[in-house]
Amino acid sequence: MPWLSILMGVSVLGALGVTLVRNDKLAKQFTLGVSLIVLALAIAMAVQFSPNGDKFQFTEKYDWIPALGVHYAVGVDGIALVLILLSVVLVPIVVLASWHDAEAGKRSVRTYFSLMLVLEAMMIGVFASTDVFLFYVFFEAMLIPMYFMIGSYGGAQRSYAAVKFLLYSLFGGLLMLVAVIALYTIAGKGTFMFPDLVGTIQDVNTQKWLFLGFFIAFAIKAPLWPFHTWLPDAAAQAPAGAAVLLVGVLDKVGTYGMLRFCLELFPDASKFFTPMVITLSVIGIVYGAIVAIGQTDMKRLIAYTSVSHFGFIALGVFAMTTNAGAGATLYMVNHGFSTGALFLIAGFLIQRRGSQFIADYGGVQKVAPVLAGTFLVAGLSSLSLPGLSTFVSEFMVLVGTYEKYLVPAAIATTGVILAAIYILWMYQRTMNGPTAESVKHLPDLNAREKWVVAPLIALLLVFGFYPKPLLDVIHPAVKNTLSSVPATDPAPAVQVAKEAQ
Amino acid sequence: MEPAEIIQHSGGVIGASWLMIALPLLGAAVLLLGGRRTDKFGHLLGVAMAVASFVVAALAFIQLLGFAPGERRRGVELYDLIPGIAKVGLLVDPLSISFCLLITFVGSLIHIYSIGYMAHDPARRRFFAYLNLFVAAMLVLVLADNYLGLYVGWEGVGLASYLLIGFWQHKPTAATAAKKAFIVNRVGDFGLSIGIFTIFATFHSLSYQGVAEGMAKGGSIPATAIGLLLLLGACGKSAQLPLQSWLLDAMEGPTPVSALIHAATMVTAGVYLVVRSGPIFQATDTAQLVVTIVGVATLLAGAIIGTAKDDIKKALAGSTMSQIGYMMLAAGIGPAGYAFAIAHLITHGFFKADMFLGAGSVMHGMNDEVNMRKYGGLRKVMPITFVTFLIGYLAIIGFPLLSGYFTKDGIIETAMEHNAILGWLAVLGAGITGFYMSRLVFMTFFGKKRWEADAHPHESPAVMTWPLIILSIGAVVLGAFLILGNRFMLFLSPAVGRPEELPSFHPFSTTGLATLALVAVGVVFAWYRYGSAEVPGVAPRGSFLTAFARRDLYGDALNEALLMRPGQWLTRLAVYFDNRGVDGLVNSLAALIGGSSGRLRRIQTGYVRSYALSIFVGAAVLVGAWFVVGNL
Repeated sequence: MPWLSILMGVSVLGALGVTLVRNDKLAKQFTLGVSLIVLALAIAMAVQFSPNGDKFQFTEKYDWIPALGVHYAVGVDGIALVLILLSVVLVPIVVLASWHDAEAGKRSVRTYFSLMLVLEAMMIGVFASTDVFLFYVFFEAMLIPMYFMIGSYGGAQRSYAAVKFLLYSLFGGLLMLVAVIALYTIAGKGTFMFPDLVGTIQDVNTQKWLFLGFFIAFAIKAPLWPFHTWLPDAAAQAPAGAAVLLVGVLDKVGTYGMLRFCLELFPDASKFFTPMVITLSVIGIVYGAIVAIGQTDMKRLIAYTSVSHFGFIALGVFAMTTNAGAGATLYMVNHGFSTGALFLIAGFLIQRRGSQFIADYGGVQKVAPVLAGTFLVAGLSSLSLPGLSTFVSEFMVLVGTYEKYLVPAAIATTGVILAAIYILWMYQRTMNGPTAESVKHLPDLNAREKWVVAPLIALLLVFGFYPKPLLDVIHPAVKNTLSSVPATDPAPAVQVAKEAQ
Repeated sequence: MEPAEIIQHSGGVIGASWLMIALPLLGAAVLLLGGRRTDKFGHLLGVAMAVASFVVAALAFIQLLGFAPGERRRGVELYDLIPGIAKVGLLVDPLSISFCLLITFVGSLIHIYSIGYMAHDPARRRFFAYLNLFVAAMLVLVLADNYLGLYVGWEGVGLASYLLIGFWQHKPTAATAAKKAFIVNRVGDFGLSIGIFTIFATFHSLSYQGVAEGMAKGGSIPATAIGLLLLLGACGKSAQLPLQSWLLDAMEGPTPVSALIHAATMVTAGVYLVVRSGPIFQATDTAQLVVTIVGVATLLAGAIIGTAKDDIKKALAGSTMSQIGYMMLAAGIGPAGYAFAIAHLITHGFFKADMFLGAGSVMHGMNDEVNMRKYGGLRKVMPITFVTFLIGYLAIIGFPLLSGYFTKDGIIETAMEHNAILGWLAVLGAGITGFYMSRLVFMTFFGKKRWEADAHPHESPAVMTWPLIILSIGAVVLGAFLILGNRFMLFLSPAVGRPEELPSFHPFSTTGLATLALVAVGVVFAWYRYGSAEVPGVAPRGSFLTAFARRDLYGDALNEALLMRPGQWLTRLAVYFDNRGVDGLVNSLAALIGGSSGRLRRIQTGYVRSYALSIFVGAAVLVGAWFVVGNL
């Protein structure tokens, strides 16, 4: 079965279908239905994935532009699979959360939900592409629905934010396109198929230039310090749901790209640039967290926490150990759930009060305990509290990095202190203390909103205590990627018996 | 003598010892998810789960006693937590079971007491949910058979502590104290985390068994670094210098919380960590020395703070710091001190919980007044509270034959043998303890009434006094039971080892007599100042030293000057830099390009498709340039 094409096809057909529905409410229900069908299909696909089987599974390959060797070629390994699962889990949640978000937009409600399904198809496509050119096409095309979601449905500064987001990303995309074409030409294989291109570029200097073309595009996308300044604007102006898809999934394409393309296509260059990337990552971790502490706007604060978290992910990717790589991949998934929950609950709060500013709140816990409680859980997941899945990934990244790079890992670990400060301080200022006059009559979460939050918290908890199902899929894929670099894990100083581990 | 091997075993109650954790966790889940529907029976469910957990612990203990001493370390495998890094397993051995019994027994009593103490609080159900959560997390901490599991419990109790300190979160002081506790603890966790990373990098194992095996094998092991990093974690959790400042603020929490978490159990986790990591610490004299210095410094600092506090809970909190300092000192000495450290931890759990709950009982009768200058003469109106408190008091100052006499003097004697300077400082600490505890008792229960006009003190209900009575019985007998005949040392030795030569108990040793004499001086001096003399209703200005002690030895002032203010400036600077520097650069670059290509603006229609087109064109130009340059 062409599973991946079916997933994308259902989303695209759903997107077309939504535009035909005349009634807004029906359109929303239809969108929710489609996204749930996609989720069900994706789960049906995922259970058939065999972690220790072929590297890419559910593969399809058709010629697209035969003259140039461009294919419509898709397939997933464990890394792509979990990211596709993240995407299809988040979409129905975001749809439900965005029920009333599009009403004040410049365009119709139907368009908003249609864009969301278009975006879903592209998110699946970008992770599933096994043709580098196809990946590039999805990488760029994804910008378009997101541009409209921010530009037409966002906050007061939406135009500025949307254009900044677009131009920034296009700039990165441009560099990548150059590198893609150069890769194709220099490799001289007459194909854009990723598996055929691995190992074709032997010259280290060529690798370095091509690496930079890909890497800068990914670093902007992720975003890594110092390419991050578009993110707080975009995330603060985007409707909460769009912000979740932007930070939760779209940005992961950047870190995914580093793991998939930079490491495998340009292994020597990756090793050459490792000190630089690790430096940028560690700066991003600390810098993002410190700037987050100083924010006065909730959504900007959450965006900066993500700058810090993306530093962890990039650190894990470039540490090139099994634990760090698997941790980074898991981090991408967990961060989607965690930041998703934070953005959405903050969105519920902002919608009620009509302000994104932290100072406009206080004592919400008293009037809306469920909202406050879920916000706290989401916040605790952001500071990686054990028992929540984000802890597992952060621990793996740090322990895996520490094996090789002691000092950077130690500096990155200060993130655990800084995260406690930005989360708990925000929580205290919004939820604790005497109840502010303006929030005295805020209603607590309604049933729809509880259905939005519950699955996210359940996922954070379940994978916090039992991450094995995800790790069993991720581990072989990461080992495979690292073995093609090749990168090996350092041996312990003292070997102890296997059973004592 | 070396610790015994761990035997994998999953039969009987020990095999089901995960129930100890699961039951209170279930209680917490039901109470938190059930919402108001569980308001009616929430407190009863909470108590039932704590008691059930104690029953499991007691049965596991009995089963453990059935094995020969050398076979009393039983591992229970559960599941693979992070494949390749650590499994979840429990280790039921004399050390962990001692903690389990303490946590669940004292925990159950405090649950019961809270029924009365929190009777009028509208959020009582949530309170019991958090207490249950705490018990579960604390049991994870002590039962885990590896450092990752310990860390999970470690952060779990931190969360419960955060939630309970800030339980009355509408009070800004409570919310701030809760946040402070969490953040200061995270500083410790930073050390603990890196310590754990180092352990993993060294052994590729996080299990206690793996670490012990690796340490025995030897090689290039950074034992000192690991030890000091773990100690930093221990200092955070156990409020030892230099991470002590959160504990006094933590008294913002409801008093049963102070008794359970911030006196009897959670704050002693650092001592547990040091003792559990014995194989690492024993390989490094430096780290051990630092542990003992931290212990002595904190035992003196806490005692000095205790002398100047008028808030009864803060005086007790200073005392807790100080007593944990004693435990830390003993834990730093090695196998000769482990049994005394843990024995004192247990007896302290009883007498300090007894006194905290007694303080709660006093507050309950005095409209939540905490200022001892507004107390006085309470012994007549609260006879049960008074007598039980008095027992706890006598136990902590080391009155002969009571618990503290055996356990604290054990620590002092061991310290004296180990290092005379440390020993004498510990004796000095005991003298100060005699003073500040007597001051507290005299100000509260003796002298003239200095009550506010609307205070109508009364004895607390039976649900609150019975736990006091039971705890005070423990405060009387436990010390003798554990120490005489080296009973506890022999019991504990399969888990932590013991010195070749068993210590013997001398009732009239020089150290013991000196300690007693100094304590007596402290008591008499306190009587002279606060018993026989009138206690002023408003605190006198006092000398420089008093001010020093009142302000927690300037701990907060130091934190503020060294960390908080620079931190605030750094944050402001970073935000400014991010807005003006990084983003400004990008924007001005954009403006530069935009300005120099003013004519191009006309073709910038704002439509995405034209942008897309321009990318392709631009890319083609660049690729062309590449080839041109390449061919040159």
